[in-house]
Amino acid sequence: MSPELINLIVQATFESLYMVGIAALLGTAFGLPLGVFLATSRKGELFAAPTVNRVLGIVVNATRSTPFIILVVAIIPFTRLIAGTSIGSTAAIVPLVIASTPFIARLVEAAIREVDGGLIETASSFGASPIQIVLKVLIPEALPGLLLALTLAVVSLLGYSAMVGAVGGGGLGDLGIRYGYQRFMPEMMLAVVVVLIALVQLVQSAGDYLARRVNRRLRHR
Amino acid sequence: MKAASMNAHPSLVIGQPVEIPDAAAEPEAMVRFESISKTYPAYRGKPGVDALQGIDFAIARGSITGVIGRSGAGKSSLVRLINGLEKPTTGRVVVDNKDISALTGRELRLAQRSIGMIFQHFNLLSSRTAADNIALPLEIAGWSKADIKARVAELLDLVGIADKHDRYPSELSGGQKQRVGIARALATRPSVLLSDEATSALDPQTTRAILDLLANINRELGVTIVLITHEMSVVRQLAKEVFVLDAGHVVESGHVADIFTHPKHPITQSFLAEVTGDSLPVSLASRIVQEPGSHAVIRVQVRGAGAGDTLIARLARELGLDVSLLSARIDEIGGQHVGSLVLGIPLGISGGEGATTRTLAWLSQYQFPAERLGYVA
Repeated sequence: MSPELINLIVQATFESLYMVGIAALLGTAFGLPLGVFLATSRKGELFAAPTVNRVLGIVVNATRSTPFIILVVAIIPFTRLIAGTSIGSTAAIVPLVIASTPFIARLVEAAIREVDGGLIETASSFGASPIQIVLKVLIPEALPGLLLALTLAVVSLLGYSAMVGAVGGGGLGDLGIRYGYQRFMPEMMLAVVVVLIALVQLVQSAGDYLARRVNRRLRHR
Repeated sequence: MKAASMNAHPSLVIGQPVEIPDAAAEPEAMVRFESISKTYPAYRGKPGVDALQGIDFAIARGSITGVIGRSGAGKSSLVRLINGLEKPTTGRVVVDNKDISALTGRELRLAQRSIGMIFQHFNLLSSRTAADNIALPLEIAGWSKADIKARVAELLDLVGIADKHDRYPSELSGGQKQRVGIARALATRPSVLLSDEATSALDPQTTRAILDLLANINRELGVTIVLITHEMSVVRQLAKEVFVLDAGHVVESGHVADIFTHPKHPITQSFLAEVTGDSLPVSLASRIVQEPGSHAVIRVQVRGAGAGDTLIARLARELGLDVSLLSARIDEIGGQHVGSLVLGIPLGISGGEGATTRTLAWLSQYQFPAERLGYVA
């Protein structure tokens, strides 16, 4: 493979990492509070707001069931409003964040719901405010689950990021389609797939490692 | 509580810590339930539940008081009313002269810091070490790092696990976990410590050690301890006063020794039976028949200080009988002997019941409740 092509792959890898990295950060920034709220706002819970909970749940489900490629196209005007353009890696971050936020929120919700309800009662019994309960009890106790959720989100984002090539988003998926498929360069297609597999492996291993490190529950048993 | 003073009571102003004007009348009460009822409304097809009704009692300052009941008797509701996690449907709960049932939000959270609680399943954070678990209520109360560090060291010492400072709960035994729980509950120097079945998940030996620790804490720190339990043995070992809860009502209350030497309510009697062992040893029970044999079997209830010490000797001497002891179980509750003796009374050669009749008459004369269980061959 020529140095030019290798250069292309390296460049595309950085584009993908940029999109996924920023999207994961923003997706977590929005998805974590949303997920915590979804997990604590049913009737009788910490931030009880059953109606808001139900409405948010419907919005989250709707976003999650829209196929990503349709979401990307449908929100082009919104993307242009936020990013100033609808083409390029930066513009691609907008749909990636919109798709990953509800996904992360649901994973966070599941992880938070795993925390023993007795701990909430315990913290309340010594006068913790709802915010203190979230920050000092729920999130630290759910941390292993949250890290695994985040890992899953990053892996999915890598998959999504391959699709934004369709609207000029750049990245590895774009490279694979344009060179590997449209220009009949199977070795390019293979190289892209190999890099993606390596990235997913890396992310998953790192996530598993971190989750294990912070998990004190099962040690020494 | 007079109805007139109730109407104008400042506790109706929500959000204000209320000094109770007539507290002086009962200065010794740390926790006072005033005409409490608690009803859980029907929800999603489940019918409503009257968890507590007509609860009206006080827990003395500095005391160790037991609240005993079967599951579903309303014990959990009672605890949750004391620490303000739930509001009564009617009436009010006064803790340390504050009407906790009228407080909300920040005021309630401040008041809750003076009420510590320990739990059956310890409820420690798995992500924090023993020291950091104890630090949690102090962090919540906004203590400085240095103050927290000093206080935590003090508490670990108090509960006897200074060496477990950096251990996570998964590395601790049940008893050690409960010690962390106790230290955590005492961190903010509460005036009341609620123990919600705190020893129910522990083995008998560890239970005894934890109860000893609680007794020490009560003695040295003067903390009022409320023991919520379904275990007679816990109340017996620690409490001076006991309230027996059944189906949302207090059915009996008073000094532990009085209640358990002269139980009136069937529930109390059933709790007592767990200790005194009204059930016979299997080997004896299988031998008892209803047709006359060589001996009549009589069970005698023994209650009171020194009661029963010389019972067999006197019975044998005064009635001239070769009384045999088939089974006995005597325990001590608050300095009083409580238990039962199962005696074998020899029948006459021709199967005469004379000795049995005389024995029963003699026992009733000295006010020992007795009953004939049957005969053994």
